[in-house]
Amino acid sequence: MDLTIAALLAQDGITNGAIYALLALALVLVFTVTRVIFVPSGEFVAWGTLTLAGLQLGKASGIVGLLVGMAVLAGLMETWRCVRAGELARLPRALALWCAVPLAVAAVLWFAAPMGFPLLVQVLLTLAAVTALGPLLYRVAYQPLAEASVLVLLIVSVALHFTMLGFGLWFFGAEGSRTPAFTSASFTVAGINVSVQSLLVVGTSLALIGALALFFGRTLYGKALRATAVNRAGARLCGISPEFAGALTFALAALLCGFCGVLIGPITTVYYDSGFLISLKGFVGAIIGGLASYPIAAAGSLLVGLIESFSSFWASAFKEVIVFTLIIPVLLWRSLRTHHHEDEE
Amino acid sequence: MGLQRIALAILLLLLAAVPVVAPAFWVTLANYIGLYSMVALGLVLLTGVAGQTSFGQAAFVGIGAYTSAYLTTRYALSPWITLVIGVAFTCAVALFLGFITLRMRGHYLPLATIAWGISLYYVFGNLEALGGHTGMSGIPALSLGGIELKDERRYFYLIWLLTLAALWTTRNLLDSRPGRAVRALKGGLDMVEAFGVDAARLKIVVFVYAAVLACISGWLYAHLQRFVNPTPFGINQGIEYLFMAVVGGAGSVWGAVVGATLITLMKEWLQDLLPVLLGRQGNFELVVFGLLMVLILQFARDGVWPWIARFVPRAAVKPVPDAEPLPARPRAVGNGPLLEVKQARKQFGGLVAVDNLSFDIHAGEIVGLIGPNGAGKSTTFALISGALPLTSGEVRLRGESIGSRPPYEIARRGLGRTFQHVKLIGAMSVLDNVAIGAYLRGSSGVVRAALKLDRAEEARVRAEAARAVARVGLSGHMHDAAGSLALGQQRIVEIARALASDPALLLLDEPAAGLRYLEKQELARLLRALRDEGMTILLVEHDMDFVMGLTDRLVVMDFGEKLAEGKPADIQRNPAVREAYLGGVA
Amino acid sequence: MKHRMSLTAVAAAVTFSLSAAFAVPALADVTIGVTLSATGPAASLGIPQKNTVELLPRSIAGEKINWVVLDDASDTTKAVTNAKKLVTEDKVDVIVGSSTTPASLAMREVAVDTSTPMISMAASAAIVNPADPKTRWVFKTPQNDALMADAIAVNMKAAGVKTMGYIGFADAYGDGWLAEMKRSAQTAGIKVVAEEKYNRADPSVTGQVLKLISANPDAILIGAAGTPGATPQKELAARGYKGKIYQTHGVGNPDFLRVVGKDGNGTILPVGPMLVYEQLPDGPVKKASQEYVTKYEQKFGVRATFGGHLWDAWLLLAQAIPEAAKKAKPGTPQFRAALRDALENSNVVGVHGVFVMNANDHNGLDNRARVMVRVDDGKWMVAK
Repeated sequence: MDLTIAALLAQDGITNGAIYALLALALVLVFTVTRVIFVPSGEFVAWGTLTLAGLQLGKASGIVGLLVGMAVLAGLMETWRCVRAGELARLPRALALWCAVPLAVAAVLWFAAPMGFPLLVQVLLTLAAVTALGPLLYRVAYQPLAEASVLVLLIVSVALHFTMLGFGLWFFGAEGSRTPAFTSASFTVAGINVSVQSLLVVGTSLALIGALALFFGRTLYGKALRATAVNRAGARLCGISPEFAGALTFALAALLCGFCGVLIGPITTVYYDSGFLISLKGFVGAIIGGLASYPIAAAGSLLVGLIESFSSFWASAFKEVIVFTLIIPVLLWRSLRTHHHEDEE
Repeated sequence: MGLQRIALAILLLLLAAVPVVAPAFWVTLANYIGLYSMVALGLVLLTGVAGQTSFGQAAFVGIGAYTSAYLTTRYALSPWITLVIGVAFTCAVALFLGFITLRMRGHYLPLATIAWGISLYYVFGNLEALGGHTGMSGIPALSLGGIELKDERRYFYLIWLLTLAALWTTRNLLDSRPGRAVRALKGGLDMVEAFGVDAARLKIVVFVYAAVLACISGWLYAHLQRFVNPTPFGINQGIEYLFMAVVGGAGSVWGAVVGATLITLMKEWLQDLLPVLLGRQGNFELVVFGLLMVLILQFARDGVWPWIARFVPRAAVKPVPDAEPLPARPRAVGNGPLLEVKQARKQFGGLVAVDNLSFDIHAGEIVGLIGPNGAGKSTTFALISGALPLTSGEVRLRGESIGSRPPYEIARRGLGRTFQHVKLIGAMSVLDNVAIGAYLRGSSGVVRAALKLDRAEEARVRAEAARAVARVGLSGHMHDAAGSLALGQQRIVEIARALASDPALLLLDEPAAGLRYLEKQELARLLRALRDEGMTILLVEHDMDFVMGLTDRLVVMDFGEKLAEGKPADIQRNPAVREAYLGGVA
Repeated sequence: MKHRMSLTAVAAAVTFSLSAAFAVPALADVTIGVTLSATGPAASLGIPQKNTVELLPRSIAGEKINWVVLDDASDTTKAVTNAKKLVTEDKVDVIVGSSTTPASLAMREVAVDTSTPMISMAASAAIVNPADPKTRWVFKTPQNDALMADAIAVNMKAAGVKTMGYIGFADAYGDGWLAEMKRSAQTAGIKVVAEEKYNRADPSVTGQVLKLISANPDAILIGAAGTPGATPQKELAARGYKGKIYQTHGVGNPDFLRVVGKDGNGTILPVGPMLVYEQLPDGPVKKASQEYVTKYEQKFGVRATFGGHLWDAWLLLAQAIPEAAKKAKPGTPQFRAALRDALENSNVVGVHGVFVMNANDHNGLDNRARVMVRVDDGKWMVAK
């Protein structure tokens, strides 16, 4: 292996690592606020790419129908809740939030699909659709179980992963898709070819990580989310609704995942079931960060990307074995560093 | 014969009748259900009870299947020999994995098991000798005593015999000395360690046990299918096993069988039903299956079994027969102090929490450790009980140095303790909770417990626990779930649990906190009575009135140092103490 | 009270099981059981096959035909369960399936144990070879990968290729092709200088492709099925690989062309005749292909070669069922045995070639089952 190859592998590893990092962030975010291990995050990634690819072909895909169905379901659940609690005054606002917004997104998607808008508009439409799914998923599936144990929430996540996989196969078919490159430009630094597309991926990831840091450090909502993560009951006492925090978190996470989908679309072919392996690697990064630390999770994801890239060069048949075996010493080191605390649950 | 036994007998009879009367495909399904139940059973113990989530069980199934497949086809070994080899191999792998991963806390174990599951899948797929991704065929059918078990109707009996045996051993295990400790691991890790349980070792044992069940299931699978390839042992299947355990009800051994049955049947049923409902186009099985699972968990978050259990006759509570007491610790040795704290010091970074603290406790006295908030009482308590290591200095119990030892070793040397925040296992009965205290006084291990060879000792442990419960006056609540008791009673149960460990020194952490006046009176009476029977007690307490009336001697701390020591009456008059407590106003 | 409830439940269960036991399909209909991978990793194979079932007739020569179609989710355990269900519950006369090699190998045990003929739609020759008791009941319709690998080796040799590299799926398909290609290449005097593997859904194959390029082979074969075959090809193009690129017949569907785009131009692969029947000289295979492809495209859009394997299985049965029906009544073991014998003597023109079977060849395809095509401007063109 010469230096050029090493540099290309590093570039590849960093690009993939940046995508894993975004996923890791989404997973850490969701876990800290809601204690949910967000297994279906991978499906959100795949749906991001595949929805965009569908728009390219002028098709709105089944995601429109799903948005409508879930909005109706969420609306019914909210109505039931308000009726039962005798808080009918809150109903219009709840319905506006849970029904009107997603239905509007679905309608726009439906009408915009055959219009052949420019790529950027289609990207925005895709992100809107995928983001709208996040809170709906939380409202319909997780919110009724908000107090359940981490294990039960995990199993619900797995069940939702199956469901979304089934929907994905139905909406997008078994074959994969790619989306057009945002740019095919590349330049040469010290004899090494660097593609602008991969710089774009890394840059976007960095920007999103920065934006998240700002959101959590500086804004009221961000601080509220952190408070909910630490203590649900306490947050409620301070007037922060855990339900709202959960929905907001899922929206953010879905947006992050949708971004991942849009970013990898031009680099690789994405299938209805691509997401799981990608989110698994993001999960590895997230766990290296103890499901709590954003910077360590990002660094861990980058490490996974690099190990993967280099091992696919050296011994591609054993790539996954190498990636996951090398993770163990890292975990061991992490677990010895984190001090003793009583296991919850 | 109780109703529960009748129900069980009917169930067994029905099961035995399945191959005789049921259609062939029912037998096929029942066989798979048996195989899956066995793996899920391991997960009930490992994940549901001990709280250690594993995604890697499918890989252990793979080890069992591949070991037998390889050795029977390549070296023509008898499958019964390969079973032994497979189990041994699984134990070795599980011990190694358990050793490196079960030391990890929190979410590292699940990830480690994912890593292990995925790695093994690709190892299977890339080894030419194991048939690569394509797989190995030509695995012989089993035969037993000259009867070939190729026919599924015969194989059924082997599968279910082993599954029921696994069910039986797991149930026995849960209702035993190691089992009580396992049940307390989730949420009571510090507590079991304080009663002498080496929690890390116990977790490894449970992990190995679950792995062995998975391995046996894999062995059965290989000889049922007579073909193996990597896909049934991948991470997806690993997740599916976990799914079965949780949906069925991971808190009970029957949950494993219910989960395996439910998921296997539901998939078959959806495959038959959905094309009729929705037409043959498209594949909705996965969608509907996932949705049904979410619904089930929304309405029965502890799984389906607890719901079914309401319709199953419950076994009557068995009275605890009297039995010979367990061997007791020899009382009072020598003339020296029972507990010596010498120059104990604890530093957290730049903060000195306990500074050169020294005091002694003699056999048969009640000593109170008091001080204002932040004085270092709790840290001192943690140093004595082993929850925290000393920075310097020494703690000796009965002349033996115990400073900086892990809690389970200190417990062995005669220290029994209670917790400031009550640490009882709410779902377990008062009797079982107290029996955890007697952990070190028994010796039955997992194997003896699983095979029910521990009954004589178990009877003595239960009788001992019952005596401790009676001693603190809670006989009436012996069989109630500990979580259903009032806080005051729960604190008393904690004392009973500590008593069951036959301690030389009883260490009580704020026993009066949160108690009402009458409850405090009751507690004080109990402690005095214990002292009069020869028990030595050290209590850390906030409530001045409570300690003043109760203790023989007080040690007062402030800012990490000893401020005063003496009889309660003297302490009350001590100006330095008054100053510390009342902030100089006096 | 509770006690009685459980007894009632038990009684209900027993009644239900007994009624289920007698609910067998009416005799004298021919029942064909199909299990295929309509979901899971091999879904791109299974879906066109499942679609094809919809096109098949419901009777043949006066015999009514029941089709039972099951999905095995690309999982071997499920495939075996399905096979057992088809045999014991639906009392099928023949099993068609599954879509992948491991699932077919696993199902073989069921076919042999229950003396039920089985027609696999998977690639590996190992499913039907060698002819022994284990393969006695098993047939297959797709071209053996060996047949296709030979065609590639011949084409490479003619083009002056001396060294080749291989990148394929880390699964049974990729492994099977690698083994066959090594054998074919050796016969043709071509050296395999690099072997790489990747997963269907890998986000990147940069590492593997750099390794391949650094070995500098004259040609590279990609052993993949469906759109994932495009991933290494696009990466090779992006890294400036200038040699020849070969694919396997697994990518013979329109989605591959859509995804690979212009990077696919010049790719050479052997395919079954149905994919490009319009460009072939007139003949029976062309006629059969035309019939199938027309029907398929009317209902499901563009053709995919995998669907053709199920159609061929049907054509084999369409000849064998009337033969067997002369000897025994459908639904009986005698019928299944007669069906097996009839299948073994198949002489059928299919959409993927001409099946001439005998006791030693349960596939029966020959050189007529492969056509070398080139991808040209997003279309399959028969190579001259």
